[in-house]
Amino acid sequence: MDWGFLLILSTPLILAALGEVVGQKSGVLNIGLEGMMLMGAFAGYWVAIKGNSPYLALAVGIGFGGVLALISAYFTVKLRSDQVVVGTAVNFLALGLTGLGYRRAFGEPSQLPAMPELASIGPIDAVTATTVLLIPLLWLAINRTKWGLALRACGEYPKAVEASGFSVNKIRMTALLIGGLLAGLAGAYLSVGVARSFAEGMTAGRGFLAIALVTFGRWHPAWTAVAALVLGYTQSLQYSLQGRPIFGVQVPSQLWLALPYVVALAVLVLVGSGSASPGALGRPYEKEG
Amino acid sequence: MRRFLQPVATVLGLILALGITLALLSPDPLGSMMRLAQGAFGDWLGITRTLVKWTPLTLAGLGVVVAWRSGMYNIGGEGQFVVGGIFGAFMARPFLHSTVPWWAMATIVLGAAIVGGALWGWLAAWLFHKRKVDVVISTILLNFIAIQGLAYFVTGPLMETAHKLPQSDRISSELALPKFNPAYDVHYGVFLAAIAILLIYVYLQRSKPGFRLRLVGENSRATRANWIEPERTRSLAMALSGGLCGLAGGVEYLGSTQQLGLGFSQNWGFLAIPVALLAGLNPILVGLSALYFAAILGGSKNLAGFTVDGTAIIYVVQAIAVLGLVAIKRLSRPQLRISENA
Repeated sequence: MDWGFLLILSTPLILAALGEVVGQKSGVLNIGLEGMMLMGAFAGYWVAIKGNSPYLALAVGIGFGGVLALISAYFTVKLRSDQVVVGTAVNFLALGLTGLGYRRAFGEPSQLPAMPELASIGPIDAVTATTVLLIPLLWLAINRTKWGLALRACGEYPKAVEASGFSVNKIRMTALLIGGLLAGLAGAYLSVGVARSFAEGMTAGRGFLAIALVTFGRWHPAWTAVAALVLGYTQSLQYSLQGRPIFGVQVPSQLWLALPYVVALAVLVLVGSGSASPGALGRPYEKEG
Repeated sequence: MRRFLQPVATVLGLILALGITLALLSPDPLGSMMRLAQGAFGDWLGITRTLVKWTPLTLAGLGVVVAWRSGMYNIGGEGQFVVGGIFGAFMARPFLHSTVPWWAMATIVLGAAIVGGALWGWLAAWLFHKRKVDVVISTILLNFIAIQGLAYFVTGPLMETAHKLPQSDRISSELALPKFNPAYDVHYGVFLAAIAILLIYVYLQRSKPGFRLRLVGENSRATRANWIEPERTRSLAMALSGGLCGLAGGVEYLGSTQQLGLGFSQNWGFLAIPVALLAGLNPILVGLSALYFAAILGGSKNLAGFTVDGTAIIYVVQAIAVLGLVAIKRLSRPQLRISENA
């Protein structure tokens, strides 16, 4: 197996899922993750092609993911609107804006424009290296810092957080912002580093897979990353096994394409959600009085 | 006063949402809006084109309403729509060269489509109740699985006899849902959608099971105390919701596309979510909200220069409209609710 390819292919999933760990730990379910990734993917592609700089592209992708996260946070945290409704709207917004933006900026190109490359040693480039480093850093931030304690408390029992002088809203907004920034990077890396092109709706459910990954990973950064590698592996099968017979049977290519979603669903069925799930996940917090 | 102001404000808001989106696209949003309205309602071609798009949006929108009212966030309309189409096409296959009357064909195909969609929707409810799999996530994953399933079937068991293109054999126009006038695309599916609005309205607002469904959605703990089983009610709601989305797929297949292809669903099940949200999950208003979006979809064909942008425009309008609605609802309501975390 090509581990380097697996790491590169899985990096968007790992990044988005790590961001979602932070968000869910604080009690916010970010259904708009897919949209934030897509926004990052388009913004990154756009800057990479027009500005000819892959690093600027990643930075702009991060920024766009963050802006969408702030919009989302305003609605879900500040206005305490339904997180599923807002997340769905955010996904539509990203799908529409990136679709329009792509057609406006690139029309229907006769040939794919050249994509500038990220400097890399084997599979290690700026993004995969950052991703690997982020796993222990996030674990430390969540489990060994005061901020992390408050973050976890926000997800379990927000009242206690408010009582000890923290602002639930501020912590949740920060958590969502971190999730959005990482989703933006995940998307930008998907278009600039992995696919090296952009297509409408190219994230193809990766944001939703990332949400499922957080459950597989029991809300733990390292396990979530491992789970992302497993799903990344199932995604890689569509390249390596497509068209090849398995035990003499010709497997339809659509099965390989559907496999990541089937595996995600199967694992969710096996693990259930269980007690590791933050107690106040998905519930808006309303101050009393 | 409020009863009068609210609908007026909503209509103004919707026009504003469209205006904002068009302003992003062209220096002349007013002109674009006029051309769009002209394209959607200006002549019979426009009106019928709008109605053709209104039909699946309404049926799938009603499906979303039923599930969400019971507290199940069914995002899987798209998958249920596709599975409905696949089931319908399977049942249609043996009859493609027969001389059965169209209404018999419609009963068979649409019945199968309802069953297929209902199974796909019920599956998500089952996963939720048995294994606590979040409905939002499971229905999304089931969408992707259904879409790959469609790709498999149209290149495999359902592929045309000529075995050239990834699509099913075409239904002859004698067997398909009849059209009012051969010059226009609008078909009898419009009636089905209109009837469905009334039936779902009566079911939700005027019947005992519908009352139970709404009660479960509002407060499942209270219902348990009153001997209503929330699990059963919600499973039923998901099946009914999936059935409606499946019916939308069946009607689209039997009335409009008349064959399955890779692009069978033009995101109908997906677009139906904002349709339902904008209607405030009210079945009657779904008809109006679907009309608004159908008009944009149909009318955008009349916008020179960005014909292909139709669906992208509608995503943006839907997002702005839903976020706007959510904000207005929240900002205008006095904050008196008791903390849910208590």
